[in-house]
Amino acid sequence: MDKEKLQEIIDKYDTESGKLLGILEDIQRTEGYLPKDLLIYVSKHLNVPLSKLYSLATFYSFFNLQPVGKHIITVCMGTACHVKGAPHILETIEELLGISPGETTSDGKFMLTTSDKQFTVNTARCFGACSMAPVIRVDGKIYGYNTPKKVAEILKKYGWRGK
Amino acid sequence: MKIKTLQDLENVRKAGIKKLFPDKPRIAVGLATCGIAAGGQDVYEALETALKKKGVNAFLTKTGCFGICNEEPLVNIAMPGKPLVILHKVQKEDAESIAERVAKGKLPEEKALCKIEEWDHITSEKPFFYGKGYENIPLWNEIPYFKPQKKVVLRDAGIINPEDIEEYIAVGGYSAVYKALTKMTPDEVVEEVKKSGLRGRGGAGFPTGLKWEFTKKEKSDVKYVICNADEGDPGAYMNRNEMESDPHMVIEGMIIGAYAIGASEGFIYVRAEYPLAIERLKLAIKQAKEYGLLGEHIFGTEFSFDIRIATGAGAFVCGEETALIASIEGKPGRPRPRPPFPAQKGLWEKPTNINNVETWCNIAPIIKKGGEWFSRIGIERNTGTKVFSLVGKVNKVGLVEVPLGTTINEIVCHIGGCGIKSKEIKAVQTGGPSGGCIPRNLFDTPIDYDHLKEVGSIMGSGGLVVMDEDTCMVDTAKYFLSFTVDESCGKCVPCREGLKRMYDILEKITDGRGTEEDLGILDELAHTIKATSLCGLGQTAPNPVITTIKYFKDEYMEHIKNKVCPARVCRALIDYFIVPDKCKGCTICAKNCPVGAIDGGPGLIHIIDQSKCIACGTCMDVCPFDAVVKLSGEKIDTPDKPIPVKKGR
Repeated sequence: MDKEKLQEIIDKYDTESGKLLGILEDIQRTEGYLPKDLLIYVSKHLNVPLSKLYSLATFYSFFNLQPVGKHIITVCMGTACHVKGAPHILETIEELLGISPGETTSDGKFMLTTSDKQFTVNTARCFGACSMAPVIRVDGKIYGYNTPKKVAEILKKYGWRGK
Repeated sequence: MKIKTLQDLENVRKAGIKKLFPDKPRIAVGLATCGIAAGGQDVYEALETALKKKGVNAFLTKTGCFGICNEEPLVNIAMPGKPLVILHKVQKEDAESIAERVAKGKLPEEKALCKIEEWDHITSEKPFFYGKGYENIPLWNEIPYFKPQKKVVLRDAGIINPEDIEEYIAVGGYSAVYKALTKMTPDEVVEEVKKSGLRGRGGAGFPTGLKWEFTKKEKSDVKYVICNADEGDPGAYMNRNEMESDPHMVIEGMIIGAYAIGASEGFIYVRAEYPLAIERLKLAIKQAKEYGLLGEHIFGTEFSFDIRIATGAGAFVCGEETALIASIEGKPGRPRPRPPFPAQKGLWEKPTNINNVETWCNIAPIIKKGGEWFSRIGIERNTGTKVFSLVGKVNKVGLVEVPLGTTINEIVCHIGGCGIKSKEIKAVQTGGPSGGCIPRNLFDTPIDYDHLKEVGSIMGSGGLVVMDEDTCMVDTAKYFLSFTVDESCGKCVPCREGLKRMYDILEKITDGRGTEEDLGILDELAHTIKATSLCGLGQTAPNPVITTIKYFKDEYMEHIKNKVCPARVCRALIDYFIVPDKCKGCTICAKNCPVGAIDGGPGLIHIIDQSKCIACGTCMDVCPFDAVVKLSGEKIDTPDKPIPVKKGR
């Protein structure tokens, strides 16, 4: 995003309450992650140390500091999903996309991107769509009642060509 | 228009009534997050096209979630003067036939789940009467799922359009604000809430009226009210639905609370994972401002109040009130010791009253109908209803609202219809990562704050996750620990280090490396962490371990002594095999294996390569001959490589 757009985001917040997280969330929603140059701009403009922004970005799991792939797959790891097989769903997706399980990025978060930058896989605590467990979300669209087999079909919709 | 007087409110109410009871068929599609995910949005669009194409004069609109999630997408249709009929499992392909029949004044009765002849929105002067008819369709409260339910919080959910303030006003919305602001003093409002016996719906169950009184007593130029909508318990989604289906009831409750304690500014702290709830709340706030129900001089009184949204960013600990405050202030959400309580020093060091979404949802009915009325619902010391999200290994899943004191059995077996595929239900988990697992033999326990505590769990925000014979309780304990380890903010040692050690031990046990001594260490750690952690997260995090050891010790012992996972869940202790005598060489399993771990071919006995198998269970699901077995602690003989299936089978 350009500086004008960023300035617009910053100006939207007219009170301190909820401001910093709100700005970071708006950036994340547009960019998919928090690019360093934008954080530097926010830091200078609001006179907030960059280290403080870094601290927020690493404390809250919603943020990430690295670019993401074209499609973002989020596997819900809530309780209902867990008892209905979410770990298998995650494992299957990792296996299908050829990314090794259990890795985390340097900022300590679980987020894996395929080498062709097509897919990023991460996990969420709970979407609150527990009635359709196990649930995954691809680019904002929620898919329920998953099975390892169904997951492969969903991935195909997003251009995955099989192993 | 700005509403200043009772007459203004009445005028808007009449306009809203015309939308709820138009002089033509009203069709409303359930569009909360799960309705949309089940295909509701497609249904809405298909209906829009079909009605237009066929030139049907009907009012198509959206509504929230009626709470019976298995049956979605839901569409409700009300013909003038006839009962409101709820259609279930509607697909976009059904749109044309629905439009055709509505044009003829008929209904697709074969799609009907139930009908509503009369509905009590609680806040309206009297219940709404739709009409009688459709003898073959059961009444909503005749079907077992709804029969024991009582809708106070979910009074409007799935009936009104959550994006239209006029419909909310039509069902008596904001009349409780009018009553409080013009007919009651702040003290009287607090008194009414105290009389109701309402306890905080976020989990701990602190009396709401008392909490308000603490903040009210503080002297300060600025005070805040906050709605805690950081619904973080995995497996719980009632707050999401309350905000998505009826956002104005949250706002109305907050206005009344702010008036009572003397606050001029409010915040709704919503988790970022709920984009639709945020969108609808923002819209509701905008509408409330346009109608003068938020802002300066509400109802022409001296009272002014405004609400803003603050979004969380994925930190479970922010559900703790001091962490939540830190988060709104733009800091990492780490709790601080109390006292001082937020009532004394909260947001920006000012007196602050924080209540959970559902607590706020109960306020308008209490003011409208009186604390006395509310206190008659439920049981002693546990008044009112509670919304639970009934999920997991149970037949009917969804949002269930029952009077407090209803037994677990009533909810899980009567409302939920017991286990899936007649599997034996083993336990129910309440209270999320802070709660515990309650075994089947204690299902006659009434669900309320006190009884749940007695059996070692807590109410929490209302998640009820059902577990059956295929759920491993050691794995469940490990799951919750992995959650709390990740979500620990790291400030205090017992929580940061202790939970990690507990997790390591549980991992050791599920890997088949546990010893009996480990159980003793787990117990000691659990009690130390409970006693010494700084905030509620650490103090309650050991609960899932304590309750599973207490009620399911035999499962732990099986893992430890025999290296067997009785529920066949723990990855290290299970293997899948294809029984050679049963395999017919059909190749279906090999074709469906997502990781290519099955070797075979047409007419050959298939073999699973254990080094590649991820134990996903797909082969077992797809095998037409039940030839795939999952074993723990035993093995069967299989050939080294695929060999021809014996003839004659």
